[in-house]
Amino acid sequence: MEGKHLVKIGCYLAPFEGKIDFTEQYFFSSGSITTADGSALVKLGNTTVICGVKAELAAPAADSANKGYIVPNVELPSLCAERFRSGPPGEEAQAASQFIADVIENSQMIVKEDLCIANGKLAWVLYCDIICLDYDGNLLDASVFALLAALKNVQLPSVTINEETGLSEVNLKQKNPLIIRKHPVATSFAIFDDTLLIVDPTAEEEDLATGTVTIVTDEEGRLCSVHKPGGSPLTGAKLQDCITRAITRHKEVKKLIDKVIKSITPK
Amino acid sequence: MAAEVAEAEAADGQCRLRRFSCELGLLSRPDGSAAFLQGDTSVLAGLYGPAEAKISKELPDRAALDVLLRPKVGLPGVLERSREQLLQQTCEAVVLGVLHPRTAISLVLQVLSDAGSLLSCCLNAACMALLDAGLPLSALFCGVTCALQPDGAILLDPTARQEQEARAVLTFAIASAERKVLMVTTKGSCSVQEMQQCLAAAQRAADTIFQFYRDSVRRRYSKC
Repeated sequence: MEGKHLVKIGCYLAPFEGKIDFTEQYFFSSGSITTADGSALVKLGNTTVICGVKAELAAPAADSANKGYIVPNVELPSLCAERFRSGPPGEEAQAASQFIADVIENSQMIVKEDLCIANGKLAWVLYCDIICLDYDGNLLDASVFALLAALKNVQLPSVTINEETGLSEVNLKQKNPLIIRKHPVATSFAIFDDTLLIVDPTAEEEDLATGTVTIVTDEEGRLCSVHKPGGSPLTGAKLQDCITRAITRHKEVKKLIDKVIKSITPK
Repeated sequence: MAAEVAEAEAADGQCRLRRFSCELGLLSRPDGSAAFLQGDTSVLAGLYGPAEAKISKELPDRAALDVLLRPKVGLPGVLERSREQLLQQTCEAVVLGVLHPRTAISLVLQVLSDAGSLLSCCLNAACMALLDAGLPLSALFCGVTCALQPDGAILLDPTARQEQEARAVLTFAIASAERKVLMVTTKGSCSVQEMQQCLAAAQRAADTIFQFYRDSVRRRYSKC
């Protein structure tokens, strides 16, 4: 991105004016989990998140007979950081799971009607498990990125219902990719006393910050989610700055995803 | 203590808020309590604190605030946890916790009825409970929900039916100092201009709500 930045050189912060490609620190690989129907591993700096998607068959709900299900789940195991203890999911994991579910719903990246195989009888259920392996801040951005990459990697076998027996027949040899309508990208900012905003904060920056904002945009520049869970107050103008930055970052991240997806041939 | 009821019917140009009603100090055990009604949505908030904190939870330099949101039916689930996090961080931003280090402040919210705009009703009840408990605050906050209808019109304080039909529902927590944004959460997608219009409408509505807070507190203490 163009403009004035502070660049870390050793332990000093030096002013730098010019273009920085944030995506140089991002790494992503897809299809790493062979037992899953789709998977992706994403590294944003040190934060490492892996997403695996498993597809199962189920009967649709009675009140929405033409809709399938997408069930996201974010896990923060005690492996990723010292403060997470093993046991039932803590508040941060549950809040992150709810955020991901909201992003899927708001952006309509997967339309549930596309997951329906036979109206009222059979539909796909996509279990999306997002596991953080290394927590160095900015969990939400990495999770949304991993989810999008994993869903793009999913290949669903074609399913037909046998008219005579009424049973489903799965053809594993014929696979189709998922129809992904929108590509949402999340951008998080750490707020320091409502004057300084830092994009893509590390864990150290998040601990010192007085608030965070996460903005999810899609490729048309529409806002899928503005998530500011409390923290120090922002004026409307500052919020607008964040949104503009998020829209620019969306383009860069999308370029990275497209580049990697193109270089992978589907199995 | 005598409980006071204050009512306000707000009309903000084209955006109308429903009938508000508030009762302060209605529970005897908590240090502060408030029941807030917006139309048919009502939430009861009870605040305990500053009180002794568990050693595992105490923070050395400020008060530890935790929020519990209990739904009307069923056990609290992931949605309640997510809302608890929103409320907790909003309250933490305004409560001057540094004046009470190593203590715990517990805010418990019980949903009595849900007829739309539940999160903003919880925010309003939480602020009133904080006021009733007499905790030191750097600013007041209020919750406003905006629904964007399919034709682009903005509805403030929507009912449950209006929320379902809306294209997007945005909830803002607006601070009393300079009407800055304390919390935002959105459901559904909208364009950037639409979000800015909703924010402006919410900031205008915040004036009415803060005036209502002042009137409630004035009425409560005028009789003592």
